Amino acid sequence: MNYTLDHLAEIEAEAMFVLRETAAQFENPALLFSGGKDSIVMAHIAYKAFYPSRLPFPLVHVDTGHNFQNTIDFRDKFVKDINAELIVGSVQKSIDDGRVVEEKGANASRNKLQTTTLLDTIEEHQFDACLGGGRRDEEKARAKERFFSHRDDFGVWDPKNQRPELWNIFNGNKHQGEHFRVFPISNFTEMDIWMYIKKENIELPSMYYAHERDTLIRNGSILAVCEHVQPREGEEVVRRKIRFRTMGDATITGCFESDADDIDGVIEEVAAARQTERGNRADDKRSETAMEDRKKEGYF
Amino acid sequence: MDLLRFTTAGSVDDGKSTLIGRLLYDSKSIFEDQMEAVETSSKKKGDENINLALLTDGLKAEREQGITIDVAYRYFATPNRKFIIADTPGHIQYTRNMVTGASTADLAIILVDARTGVIEQTKRHSFIADLLKIQHVILAVNKMDLVDFSEERFKEIVEEYQSFASRLGNIVSIQPIPISALLGDNVVDKSEHTDWYQGPTFLNHLENVYVGGEENHVDARFPVQWVIRPQSDKFPDFRGFSGRVAGGVFKKGDDITVMPSGFKSKVKSIHCGEEELEQAFAPQSVVMTLEDEIDISRGDMIAKPGNQPKVEQDIEARICWFSKTPMKLRQKLLVKHTSHETKAILQEIKYKVDINTISKIEDVETFEMNDIGRISLRTAAPLIHDSYRRNRNTGSFILVDPGTNETVAAGMII
Repeated sequence: MNYTLDHLAEIEAEAMFVLRETAAQFENPALLFSGGKDSIVMAHIAYKAFYPSRLPFPLVHVDTGHNFQNTIDFRDKFVKDINAELIVGSVQKSIDDGRVVEEKGANASRNKLQTTTLLDTIEEHQFDACLGGGRRDEEKARAKERFFSHRDDFGVWDPKNQRPELWNIFNGNKHQGEHFRVFPISNFTEMDIWMYIKKENIELPSMYYAHERDTLIRNGSILAVCEHVQPREGEEVVRRKIRFRTMGDATITGCFESDADDIDGVIEEVAAARQTERGNRADDKRSETAMEDRKKEGYF
Repeated sequence: MDLLRFTTAGSVDDGKSTLIGRLLYDSKSIFEDQMEAVETSSKKKGDENINLALLTDGLKAEREQGITIDVAYRYFATPNRKFIIADTPGHIQYTRNMVTGASTADLAIILVDARTGVIEQTKRHSFIADLLKIQHVILAVNKMDLVDFSEERFKEIVEEYQSFASRLGNIVSIQPIPISALLGDNVVDKSEHTDWYQGPTFLNHLENVYVGGEENHVDARFPVQWVIRPQSDKFPDFRGFSGRVAGGVFKKGDDITVMPSGFKSKVKSIHCGEEELEQAFAPQSVVMTLEDEIDISRGDMIAKPGNQPKVEQDIEARICWFSKTPMKLRQKLLVKHTSHETKAILQEIKYKVDINTISKIEDVETFEMNDIGRISLRTAAPLIHDSYRRNRNTGSFILVDPGTNETVAAGMII
């Protein structure tokens, strides 16, 4: 008898272990659900980890108000299917309440604002651990992230002073007011995510697969025309067959031309890709350490 | 496709980050935009060649100082294997990172500069790999281009290393490879400059080394993590015990004993999500139900009647001290071991290891940061454990300072 696991089964088992540790070690955890493929995979593994119980924590969605409708519809169906509780934090509300000021100018985005809404939502519901779908292969600052990532009173990440993390023993001990970010799928790569989606036959928002839609080109990225993205002067609307590789705000998430309209097509495309998936995200292009800077402030 | 986790350790400037950058670059795991970013910052810093180290040094402080501060995890895959690299810094003050990286690795890469050969840090890294029970080592003799790819020099270093490593108990295989990380010799492709070398290239060896025997599949151990009780209309009486198999194999119908209570029962069913399984083995995460209703909670361990772990309050262990605050005798600490947490008192310091000479220093009063040695603990509740040598999962623990909540030490039970 050969007692070996294939790599997807092994990293799934690891993620299930981390999810259960989170439920066991914290009083009031939450799972941050963006509606993107990584958080869908994380929520799927959570469903498996606690089945036949309900998830012992709610899903939290920080809605920038600039999401694609497709993402929101998918979120609501997904939550219903796994019978989970959903809490929505609204960036629009943070703006209306005067907690944040909307960025001005042509390249304005709500990406930075969602950090405040996230921290406010954590505060309001007294979450002491937030599960995120971050992966270490995504970005160089994330490569240094722990599974259990400690945040101080202000939600701040101190990358030079992280707790060492050994074997599969996670230290979630903390003082009053501090909280943790927990990343169960840290060891998944983009390719692993897609192969896992195929293996487990997980449904995704249709935008991840190639489809025809009206698009325009802005700052070198192809953006989908929608309620939040309207053509400006000099921008030409062109119908293209495109798909999205990540799911962020409509205003900043570029798509690209593709014929991959099913999971096998996507896997083939990911295998041949020569650009990182975040290469199309304006939020990461702001500076060399844009991700680290945002993470220190409390971004995921 | 299976998974190989390995760790790299090296001294400052012996080219560790360059080697990893090279591995990622030559195995086409680097994307164009990452490469462009590295080219741009190499130019900004005035480097002549593209500085592949910038691919792995992610933090601002690291890029500014040109050093690696924290463990970075890197990923690549070939058609045969997926790899997870724990890239750890080599500075003396960061021993804790090396221990951390080694704790989950099956293989260690020990980098040696061909000009300087085996130095104290080489020994230190090897000692830590051995301490953490890594059985496979690649001795990468780097910067061969700077010694004219001399076979004689390579052999000299290998001999010196092997005579040192023969004193380490856990390392089973050592594969020496002459490389130039900067120029790519023997990293992915065979070098044209080392006709005298018949062994595998670096990547070739990583792809083919057999590491299947790392998990213990003999002693059945299941630390209970979380009790699953849906109390729903559909599952009114379901009571399952979730956890990750820490050793051995559990099958439906197996006789089991629950520790520490000693209650006996049989495995009724094993589940993973909606799927029912016939058996579970390490490192699978599953839910187990039992034939009898017995009281089991987090921190308990399910084992088999004929093969039980030790249940003891006096624990002898090797530890590595991580905290800036030195360890004190009689100090009270928290122990986290499997899914169990309890208090402990530091009873005795047996000795400290001088890891440069691998000799014992006795009559020590304290451990300072990065010290490694043998101690004994008295725990408030018994630890249900095996020796670390027998089982990494049930033989390892961490110590937490109850005042600061910091992880202050990593321990391996003897």
